[in-house]
Amino acid sequence: MTTPPPPQPQYQQAPPQQPPYQPPQAPQPGPGQPQQAPHQPPYGPPQPVPQQAGYPAAPAVGRSHLGHALLSEWTKIRTVRSTVWTLALLFVLTVGIGALFALALSGEEYVGLPLLAGTFFGLMFGQICVITLGVLVISSEYGTGMMRTTLTASPQRGRILLAKVLVFFGVSFVMTLLATTLSGLAQSSLLSGQSATDRYIDSYMESSIENGEVIATGTHWIDATFGVSLYVSLLGVLGLAVGALLRHSAGAITTMLALVLLPLLAAMFMFGESMESLRDFLIEYAPLNGLATLFGLPMGSGDDPISGWGLLAILAAATTAALIGAYAKLVTTDA
Amino acid sequence: MIEAVGLTKSYGAKTAVYNLNFQVQPGKVTGFLGPNGAGKSTTMRMMLGLDRPTSGTVTIAGQPYHRLPNAPRQVGALLDANAKHGGRSARAHLLCLAQLSGIPASRVDEVLGIVGLQDVAGKRSKGFSLGMGQRLGIAGALLGDPQVLLFDEPVNGLDPEGILWVRNLMKKLASEGRTVFVSSHLMSEMAQTADHLIVIGRGQLMADLPVRDFITQNSTGFARVRTPEGDAQARDTLVRVLAEAGGQVLTEPDGALKVIGVPLPRISDLAHGADVRLWELSPHSASLEEAYMRMTQGAVDYRSTQDPHHAAAPQFQQQQPQQPFQAGPPQQPYGLPQPQHAAPAQPAYTPEDAR
Repeated sequence: MTTPPPPQPQYQQAPPQQPPYQPPQAPQPGPGQPQQAPHQPPYGPPQPVPQQAGYPAAPAVGRSHLGHALLSEWTKIRTVRSTVWTLALLFVLTVGIGALFALALSGEEYVGLPLLAGTFFGLMFGQICVITLGVLVISSEYGTGMMRTTLTASPQRGRILLAKVLVFFGVSFVMTLLATTLSGLAQSSLLSGQSATDRYIDSYMESSIENGEVIATGTHWIDATFGVSLYVSLLGVLGLAVGALLRHSAGAITTMLALVLLPLLAAMFMFGESMESLRDFLIEYAPLNGLATLFGLPMGSGDDPISGWGLLAILAAATTAALIGAYAKLVTTDA
Repeated sequence: MIEAVGLTKSYGAKTAVYNLNFQVQPGKVTGFLGPNGAGKSTTMRMMLGLDRPTSGTVTIAGQPYHRLPNAPRQVGALLDANAKHGGRSARAHLLCLAQLSGIPASRVDEVLGIVGLQDVAGKRSKGFSLGMGQRLGIAGALLGDPQVLLFDEPVNGLDPEGILWVRNLMKKLASEGRTVFVSSHLMSEMAQTADHLIVIGRGQLMADLPVRDFITQNSTGFARVRTPEGDAQARDTLVRVLAEAGGQVLTEPDGALKVIGVPLPRISDLAHGADVRLWELSPHSASLEEAYMRMTQGAVDYRSTQDPHHAAAPQFQQQQPQQPFQAGPPQQPYGLPQPQHAAPAQPAYTPEDAR
């Protein structure tokens, strides 16, 4: 960009346009003639600023695109401490509790769980970290006012939301996959080979027991690492959407915790036959049941429970709907 | 160039900005002036596409903000020095903004140098003072080397050196041919920075004119005259003679006289004729702050009321031009038609002497 020549002082010019509104009091000369002041008024034209070299010209202006926004969001997510804390806690809880669980069971008789199920008990807590991070990715921008700066730098609001979702999803998926894989390896190294008698063989455990030993098949591994990581990351994206809708960190985190925990808590207190169908519905479709089912620990008591991947699809649909709502709010309301 | 056409913004029943029409020209610093709550920030937010106008449009370089292909390369803005994540370092904050529009990371260190924050670039901005925050915000506005710059109250929280720096920076940016639009509620600040003024009050345009025109239209020249101290008779004589000559005479708190409507040489002649010696005869022009306050007097949203426990008699009656030679606050403009509702109230902001 070349710097245009310095303009002449503009004082002698007429106003570029007539003020549409003439203040009634404005051009009131005082009584009598103003002094023929033989001096310069105190507000003379400022001295012309000597022309200096302009700022080093930025490279040619190109259209900004999603790649820029992705890079920016990546910088954002890795330069705040909340990311480090939540992801560190995710690891500690998932791998730590998972390994302790495996350690505790390793000396005992087989207790009737699928081989990789121990990860569930750690990830149940770890998922809260992912949800928190998902909420904070957007609500902290609203809380600090950073959102206004961001949207000024990129008025394409949908692009910002998409970049946040993609970057957060990528980060949380990779980290959860890493944590669940580590925990799975701990389960498998400590617990595989436990002898399981035939009395444990039922429709769920059939595939987990081979020649009287507990095993994990390839499908088990995929469900207990890839599947659950997808599930937890989607929960985090749902948190991000809720954060965008509520624009308030504490409110959004509370909402997400209620969503994850309350269905099961409510179901616990639904006694009697009249409430049975509601209770079964709540248990079956509770977000936590999706995670549990992927680990081979379905909570429902029905004859034909929905599969873990079915619950994952429902979560994906709910997350998509929430994201559409978040997008609509983002582009229609003032920032 | 920035252009507003019929720009209006309502929040429910309250109209924050009503039917603004103005253009902001390149190559000069345009001051955007108005009392607190006049709608300055709302107008700037609409310029930047953060708020949607209820009706009307505002365009930058002929385009609404959200249509600009790469906004930060064309428009730089400082809206609020606190609008940043405090947990991020200054460099990281600028880096994520730079990346958003494909600006190379090397530019981040350049702007950090320009605003003088290079030594604290790695520190989290949470610990920054308001002045440092303003500098960081200005750095963000400069990132894209934009043609148009918007600053909302950029000198808030800056020390005198920082204020001077911002002032010179804005003049320099304008001298490079850029459009510089700066809001302030302080006339004194704008008088030293701006070339052109846009004044709004209660969301409506009140003036759009060069600073020079504003001064000549709104300030009334006067002479300051001082007679020998302790010689009350000489002073009374001079006051009478000047009043007979058609002048308006008021006293200043230090005993000097403020004479309006009589040229300086004539004052000297009259004094000589009345055999009154003068210790001082100096020309003055009214401050811009006075003119600005007079213009926005009816448009101040927040106005303090007189504390009833202070029984001090309001001085207002004594200011009537028909009753010359009465003590009164020297800041009051002369020949001012009494605002109907102004009573003995004070504007909410502190009038600062422009000099």
